[in-house]
Amino acid sequence: MSDSFAVMIVVATIASGIRLATPFLLASLGEALGQRSGVLNLGVDGVMLLGAFGAYYTVLQTSNPYYGLLVGISIGLLIGLFYGFITLNLRAEQGVSGIGIYLFGLGMSDLFFQKFVGTPRPILPFMPLDIPVLSGLPVVGEMLFQHSIIVYIAFGLVPLMSFVLHRTTYGLNIRAIGENPEAADSLGVSVMATRYSAIIIGNGLAGLAGAALAIELGIFQQNLTNAMGFIAIALVYFGAWSPKGVMIGSLVFGMVQSIVLQCKTFGVIPRSASDLAAMAPAVITILALVIVAKRFKQPSALTKPYVRGG
Amino acid sequence: MSLQSENGTPMLQMRGITKRFPGVLASDNVDFDVRAGEVHTLLGENGAGKSTLMKILYGLYRQDEGEILLHGKRVDLTSPAHAIAHGIGMIHQHFMLVPTLTVAENVSLGLQSTRGIFSDLKTVSKRIIELSRAFGLHVHPDEHVWQLSVGERQRVEIIKALYRDASILILDEPTAVLTPSEVDDIFLIFRKLADDGRGLVFISHKLKEVLDLSDRITVLRHGRVTGYTTPAQSDRHDLAQLMVGRAVKLAPDKEDVESGDPLLTIEDLYVEGDRGRQAVQGLSLEVKSGEILGIAGISGNGQRELAEAIAGLRRPRSGKIVVAGHDTTLSGPRQIREMGLSYVPEERMKDGAVGEFDVKENMILLNHSKTPFCKNGFLNFKAIKSYSEKLVKEYAVKTPDIDTMTKNLSGGNIQKLIMARELAAKPKVLLASQPTRGVDIGAAEYIHERISQERQRGTATVVISEDLDEVMALSDRIAVMFDGKVMGIVDQKDATRESIGLMMTGEQQQSAA
Repeated sequence: MSDSFAVMIVVATIASGIRLATPFLLASLGEALGQRSGVLNLGVDGVMLLGAFGAYYTVLQTSNPYYGLLVGISIGLLIGLFYGFITLNLRAEQGVSGIGIYLFGLGMSDLFFQKFVGTPRPILPFMPLDIPVLSGLPVVGEMLFQHSIIVYIAFGLVPLMSFVLHRTTYGLNIRAIGENPEAADSLGVSVMATRYSAIIIGNGLAGLAGAALAIELGIFQQNLTNAMGFIAIALVYFGAWSPKGVMIGSLVFGMVQSIVLQCKTFGVIPRSASDLAAMAPAVITILALVIVAKRFKQPSALTKPYVRGG
Repeated sequence: MSLQSENGTPMLQMRGITKRFPGVLASDNVDFDVRAGEVHTLLGENGAGKSTLMKILYGLYRQDEGEILLHGKRVDLTSPAHAIAHGIGMIHQHFMLVPTLTVAENVSLGLQSTRGIFSDLKTVSKRIIELSRAFGLHVHPDEHVWQLSVGERQRVEIIKALYRDASILILDEPTAVLTPSEVDDIFLIFRKLADDGRGLVFISHKLKEVLDLSDRITVLRHGRVTGYTTPAQSDRHDLAQLMVGRAVKLAPDKEDVESGDPLLTIEDLYVEGDRGRQAVQGLSLEVKSGEILGIAGISGNGQRELAEAIAGLRRPRSGKIVVAGHDTTLSGPRQIREMGLSYVPEERMKDGAVGEFDVKENMILLNHSKTPFCKNGFLNFKAIKSYSEKLVKEYAVKTPDIDTMTKNLSGGNIQKLIMARELAAKPKVLLASQPTRGVDIGAAEYIHERISQERQRGTATVVISEDLDEVMALSDRIAVMFDGKVMGIVDQKDATRESIGLMMTGEQQQSAA
């Protein structure tokens, strides 16, 4: 194997790892935001599925992937509003409600697919958005600067969310409410409004993650996400609730997936062991979680509904 | 009290405040006012309605009847934000701070930032330093709250209120967690704040502190005002009587008891805390029959770990514990109890009783698998019933019946229930942790009485308490714990609040010479 070929493979593997990391990153950023405000959402996967179907169907009808993204986000925002209502107004137990949202998303997305589409037809995926000059760079160009717009959006959200959390009053409110809602309430910060906003935005990002996945793959099918939403939740713990940590987690996960795919393509892993290899990302996530996540403390008020004077 | 404020309209008037909760009249036609420059105390037991009244003032609850006037004008306070805007600040008993944030972030929470949606911690920090200087608060804006001591956290709470230009400050049991010297410091600060023209509402049930700090005192009982007085007109006994509604013995009568053989010996004990920290470091103690040893100290200095080690709930790393002649260092809780230890734990609802069990079930919790309560694996309800009824009567536990869910009893009655169960075992060693914390004066009086009766019976008793008055009233000898070590042991008759207070902050005992 010549050196240049080896470089090509490495570059392709990393580029594909970044692409694979994107939906995880979007979903886990959203989940991290919600959890920072003290609300756990186990329904991410369901939201992703509905966002994915919405986006797929929209692109199928309009042939415009950007409309697909918008529809994906909107579906997420709507579910966020609904989830806020059941967890904040009705104060339903968050773990169970989240599973309800997941099952709802899993079933409804497939029902819609059977009803409105039936046989899978591919849709037009995103064109890579080459960044002028940078994309022409050798090696780095292909690795980092020849991706579709959604990849840039997702990674651009990382510093943005860090900034919002640490440099704005809104971010301060979120961090305070996730730790001690009584304190925030006693100073006149609305726990309800802040949590609503965090959940709605968080679910919007989950919807966007689903849309990104469907459009990137150019297809929809039953259970398209294959529990990616649950991995995204695990990545929040892995990333210790920080946008940067979540990004690192998503990248590790994407890279492992990409490497496994490459190994399969080149026959490094025998066909008979491919199912085992498919488990690798999940196994590595669990190991990483056990090692990393223990060291950090979750937001103190996570999953606890807030009742004044209660 | 300045003359000017006495003649002018009070800053705050609450008139005929009534608040009902399901089944409880929490506040019954209460009048209360505060003038500029004074400290007006609300004195009462837990559940007397002090907090309810102040939560109404702070906009957390709405009154059912009555009106609130600020500077003579009627106001409607619907939320804390609203109360803050009217210049009302509250120092909560359970600090309203976010440990993971810095001081400046905590202070700026909920404030309009000068830079729009972006936070402006620089301006906030500057002002914090100014306020801190002006009132001698020694607060640093960039420290994280989790790094601060309890006293420092309290001063952050004060800064929070001052930052919002509070002219009326509600101080909800502000000394509950402070050492005696910290209390002295904070009282100086409170006085300064009052002299500066603010009106302070001091909520407390500690009689000595109330007499030290107040200009005027209003006493509440069962939601009603039962007295109105000043420190010049009353002493501790008068106040206690107003609070409880009858004369109260503030310290149990103590007869001379000849102390006998040591029943509890601890030698060079090391115990680890929850986070692997050395919580108890080389501690040695000896308690004799017929003796009460009080352990004073600020909580978090290893008292909990020590108690758990003695009771067998936490395995010591090294050292030796001997209960009534048996080495119990590595024994489990049941074995240690069989050696003659009874244990009244600090957290009565977590470790002392099962809230979801009824009274009779909690009464037999230690003996539920023994005869006569258990026969061939079946519970013998007849025996359980008669035994529980006897104890409930003997220990004056106020409960509708023995089938009542324990969590529905008051704190004082739950504590009496636990005392009944523990003392019924006729212990050789009694270990009581915070026996009267959060308990009403009447029940506390009763519990103290029982503990000194145990002393006469020849029990070796250890009382761990943060309440210095309690330790001084009950003990024969007082040990002070700091950072896992005993700073010194003094005889009760030689003990002063000052000397013990110093040891609580880590000063070694002065040599007796």
